[in-house]
Amino acid sequence: MTDAKNIKQSQSRQAVRPGMMRPMGGGRVAMGTDRAKHFGRTMKQLLQYLRPFWVRLIVVVVFAIGSTVFTIIGPRLLGDMTNKVVDGYVATQAYDKLTAQLPKGVKLPAGTTGKVLLQKIPANELSKIPSDQRGAIAKIDFSAGRPKYDFAGIASIATWLLVMFAVSAVFGYAQSWLMADMVQQITYNLRRDIAKKINKLPLRYFDNQPFGEVLSRVTNDVDTVGQNLNQSITQIITSVIMIIGVLAMMLSISWQLTLIAVIIVPLSLIASLFVVKRSQSYYMNQQNTLAELNGHIEEMFSGHTVMRAFNGENRSISRFKKLNYKLFNNSWRATFLSGLMMPITQFIGNLGFVGVAVTGGWLAIHGSVNLGDILAFIQYVSLLNQPITQAANIANVLQLAAAAAERVFEFLAETEELADPAQAAAVQPADIKGHVDFEHVVFGYNPGKNIIKDFTANVKPGMRIAIVGPTGAGKTTLVNLLMRFYDVKSGSITIDGTDTRDLRRADVRRLFGMVLQDTWLFNGTIKDNIAYGKEDATMDEIVAAATAAHADGFIRALPGGYDMVLGEDADNIAQGEKQLLTIARAMLANPPMLILDEATSSVDTRTEVLIQAAMDKLMHGRTSFVIAHRLSTIRGADLILVMENGNIVESGTHQSLLAANGFYASLYNSQFNGAMVDDEPNVQLVAN
Amino acid sequence: MRKLARFFVPYIPYLVILLALVYGQTWATLALPSYMSDIVNKGIVAQNNNIILQDGLKMLGVTLLGGVFMIGVSYISTRIATGYARRLREAVFTRVEMFSLVEFNSFSNASLITRSTNDVQQIQQVLGMILRIALIGPFMGVGAIIRAWDLAPSMTWIMALAIVILTSIIAVLFTVALPRFKQVQKLVDRLNLVTREFLTGLRVIRAFNREDHEEKKFDEANMDLRRVNTFVNRLLATLQPTLMLIMNLVSVAIVWVGAYAVSSNVMQVGNVLAFVQYAMQAIAAFLMISMIFVLAPRAAVSAQRIGEVLGTEPLIVDPDEPQKPKADLAGTVTFKDVSFAYSGADKPVLEHISFTAKPGETTAFVGSTGSGKSTLISLIPRFYDVTYGQVLVDGVDVRQLRLKDLHAKVGYAPQHATLFTGTVESNIKYGKPKADLNDVRHAANVAQASDFIAKLDGQYDSDIAQGGTNVSGGQRQRLNIARVLAYKPEIYIFDDSFSALDFTTDAKLRQALKQETAGKTVLIVAQRISTIIQADNIVVLDEGKVVGQGKHDELLKSCSVYREIAESQLSAKELQAAASSGQLTSPELAL
Repeated sequence: MTDAKNIKQSQSRQAVRPGMMRPMGGGRVAMGTDRAKHFGRTMKQLLQYLRPFWVRLIVVVVFAIGSTVFTIIGPRLLGDMTNKVVDGYVATQAYDKLTAQLPKGVKLPAGTTGKVLLQKIPANELSKIPSDQRGAIAKIDFSAGRPKYDFAGIASIATWLLVMFAVSAVFGYAQSWLMADMVQQITYNLRRDIAKKINKLPLRYFDNQPFGEVLSRVTNDVDTVGQNLNQSITQIITSVIMIIGVLAMMLSISWQLTLIAVIIVPLSLIASLFVVKRSQSYYMNQQNTLAELNGHIEEMFSGHTVMRAFNGENRSISRFKKLNYKLFNNSWRATFLSGLMMPITQFIGNLGFVGVAVTGGWLAIHGSVNLGDILAFIQYVSLLNQPITQAANIANVLQLAAAAAERVFEFLAETEELADPAQAAAVQPADIKGHVDFEHVVFGYNPGKNIIKDFTANVKPGMRIAIVGPTGAGKTTLVNLLMRFYDVKSGSITIDGTDTRDLRRADVRRLFGMVLQDTWLFNGTIKDNIAYGKEDATMDEIVAAATAAHADGFIRALPGGYDMVLGEDADNIAQGEKQLLTIARAMLANPPMLILDEATSSVDTRTEVLIQAAMDKLMHGRTSFVIAHRLSTIRGADLILVMENGNIVESGTHQSLLAANGFYASLYNSQFNGAMVDDEPNVQLVAN
Repeated sequence: MRKLARFFVPYIPYLVILLALVYGQTWATLALPSYMSDIVNKGIVAQNNNIILQDGLKMLGVTLLGGVFMIGVSYISTRIATGYARRLREAVFTRVEMFSLVEFNSFSNASLITRSTNDVQQIQQVLGMILRIALIGPFMGVGAIIRAWDLAPSMTWIMALAIVILTSIIAVLFTVALPRFKQVQKLVDRLNLVTREFLTGLRVIRAFNREDHEEKKFDEANMDLRRVNTFVNRLLATLQPTLMLIMNLVSVAIVWVGAYAVSSNVMQVGNVLAFVQYAMQAIAAFLMISMIFVLAPRAAVSAQRIGEVLGTEPLIVDPDEPQKPKADLAGTVTFKDVSFAYSGADKPVLEHISFTAKPGETTAFVGSTGSGKSTLISLIPRFYDVTYGQVLVDGVDVRQLRLKDLHAKVGYAPQHATLFTGTVESNIKYGKPKADLNDVRHAANVAQASDFIAKLDGQYDSDIAQGGTNVSGGQRQRLNIARVLAYKPEIYIFDDSFSALDFTTDAKLRQALKQETAGKTVLIVAQRISTIIQADNIVVLDEGKVVGQGKHDELLKSCSVYREIAESQLSAKELQAAASSGQLTSPELAL
């Protein structure tokens, strides 16, 4: 049940977590609504993870600079190439016009250049010829025949461009490659650190945290960090270089045009910020409504029989329709608003284009720029537009990464379990007799509230201790203390006279075999599951343990027998069979002491008999702590610990507790009427 | 697919408008390069400021118009996509709400949830993108090529070549990458599984000192994922630079080749530049079209999954001619030689079951897990229909009753206590929304729930979280029982619904229940013998067959299966004592 609950919670958290469903259309913005609480601190921590890669990062930056610089130079060279075409065009046009006006048969003297001709033209005619073309005309040698296009020059620029673009692509690719590798490495490191951390955290942490939370940090959050890191680092580097480089190129062409670009381009940033801000609230509403709607669907499908049995169909559907309509309303507004980005930025881009074309044309006529420059400039405007419109996006992506990273770092910063004592006493399970002494044990899960107030008991080797109490009385608390999943607040628990806190945790745990109701088996073969506590176990030992646990019979009936692979949650065998496997697992580990949880629910009666018999065999000759449900176990116990609200309220034998007439007696008497109470210590048990 | 197309019909007029707008948008986009070429040819080269200004203004106008079209496209396409998704979601949900357990089992609950949530969402996203972006592709591609052809037919080969190269690169990339994507998904699942086991098994792992082993297992999964992910990302890293390279090379090639065209007076300078723009637009259009090929398979899978749900007709529906229940047999439940097998199963779960439960009597069902108790009981509210034989309620075959009428007679407390989001009160009166607070309180009282409700912050107004996760298992069960009581049915069905209660509560509850249900028909499924020891009729099931029927004492003598079950739970003395005193409530001191 708790599993299902946790999965559900993690799912719904996924569903609610914004940014999960990012729009993918071009020019649209990642609508992150997930914000880190401490952006700066988180970023600093993230940089720690980047530190080992500083050499690589420098290389990435160098490659990025290389690739971007070539991208920036490209338009300029392409402009030069165009200029050459224009020059050739202008020159041939001028030559054709001039020679057409010459009388037939007249030949210009050798060495007559356009310069000479221009000097002869009257001033008012001269002003009609645009200044940037005057230079071209001046160079023409009219005596040498019709001017030729500078095809060699064009070809050489073109070749340069081809080489440059190719190199730029290689650089760009190398940079992305390095980044991809680095990000994967960081993702891997983060996950590895989380796994290590899991082993160092006290169980207290996990008992207070749905495991779906931790799971989602390992998978979703780390993924989000990785993906967004890749995107944002690359974008930030190239954007900065791009903006600086493009502005430099622009200024080198014309300060007037640059001024126009600098005024117009940021408009798109303002516009995009405006749109993002507006649509974000709708996105948030959309995500919330979606979570609400999905919640309703989940709930109604899970409770389908109840809904139908109580004729709840119409109510369910009408609530669904209401939520569905609300979702539709938020959804289309959010999508539509963020879809406005593209037309707006495009419009502003075109505005810049027109502005540059008009002003550039005017400047060209007055001779300060030429056509190729204008064309180059137009491309620069769009190159400048890109990083600036993306700024809003980058900010968002960084926020998403920071929010996810923060959750990961929060986990990694949780307080770890106290380290084992430096000079731990050495214990060998074989040497342990099984004395367990509780001396004035005080314990509580919460700082202010002790639930075990002052508990003392001496357990002799081979004794059987029954832990009883109503549901929720905290019977697992004792298990937690014995296994040192939690430590006592004061007092002590000693094993054969040694305080368990003076031992290494691993050594304490080696002394106990544990069989809980919550059978944990992993996705692997039955053989490996049984051998979990004894890695080097031989097949014979495994079979012997399974036989002793009455599990051999059903295992052999399974397809594949001992080699059958258990599915996820071991859902391909029955609950009772799982329990038998965990008993076999404890058998094989052969510990000197035991902690058992008697099975009650969801096991059919015949398997229950088998489990009981296997447990009895396991307990033989071992000090055993049993979370008891069966009357027979309770009455046969050497010591009964009665728990209520987490506290051990009474302890003693069945007889002495009845005689004391306390909580145990009332529990017992209210269950069996007076005549029923049996004073014989050895009850005849059919089950055994 | 046809099932899903039906919901698109209302959007056809919108689609027509959308196509017109897309046409307009494309026209505006394609018009810009020709204005630019005019500015270059007639304005800059020919030194005419007026032309520059005039054409500049025209360009602005076209841009503005194009922007308006684009906003229109965005508006209509999002309305279509979200509206369609809304209809689809509603259709799926209402269909599933009418499903019986037969259909539920064939899909599984989790799968039905994803089908009505994620799959619909997926379709909405893909449809939106196709309408908003991909639809423009063909228009713009064809338009750009036609205009380029008009300018210089001799140079269109450059565009063709670029598109062919692009196609092959993308094709190669995706053939290599696609299987890896699937592999990545598998490895992510694997990592999830390992982590889940790691976290759920912490106690056992620590108990057996296997922390290092688990860490190693995790590391392997982590490493595998990293390896494949690195490969995929390196592969994807090629896409962007390659695309840029091709576009740049195309520009260079056009200007270069264009230079010769200009020199031989085939083209003007401005036209060369316009040609470059058309080439870029054609490539962009092509990329938009190729997006369909990436998106469509994703949506197709979702569409198919939704289609399966919509194509499944509920098997259990109202009869064409419902019959009236017989008044003289009100409250009786009769099984007449009932057999039942799950669809597709060879072996029946229930075979030849016959019994009658009368008003004022308690009928109990016992048997080991898998003996068919819960299945048997779920035949009464028609969660399933019998394979053979008849189930009669009020003397009428349940298949001849209207489902609403049948459900109004039967109150059902499920094995897994189910609560819905809302308050304590709304949950108790879920079956009878018009019940007043007194009824609610009374029901809670009988169900032994009033004590814990009184301790809650808001008492009857306390919030219940989704799935009732904020109350304990025992409290959930009591609220489920209270809900049945508030419903006041003629027939009570308790499907093992006392299991999470501690024994004192269990005993008190059964005492109170006895008075409350006096004169009604009560059917109880139980694991514990003590729960049903006083039943008027105990039906003992073993592997789907009735192996004994009668009272506790008789069954102890006559039915070996019953004796076996009883003996495994109670000692011989207790059995006798209980039988004689009739007061044994539970052999288990602490559950």
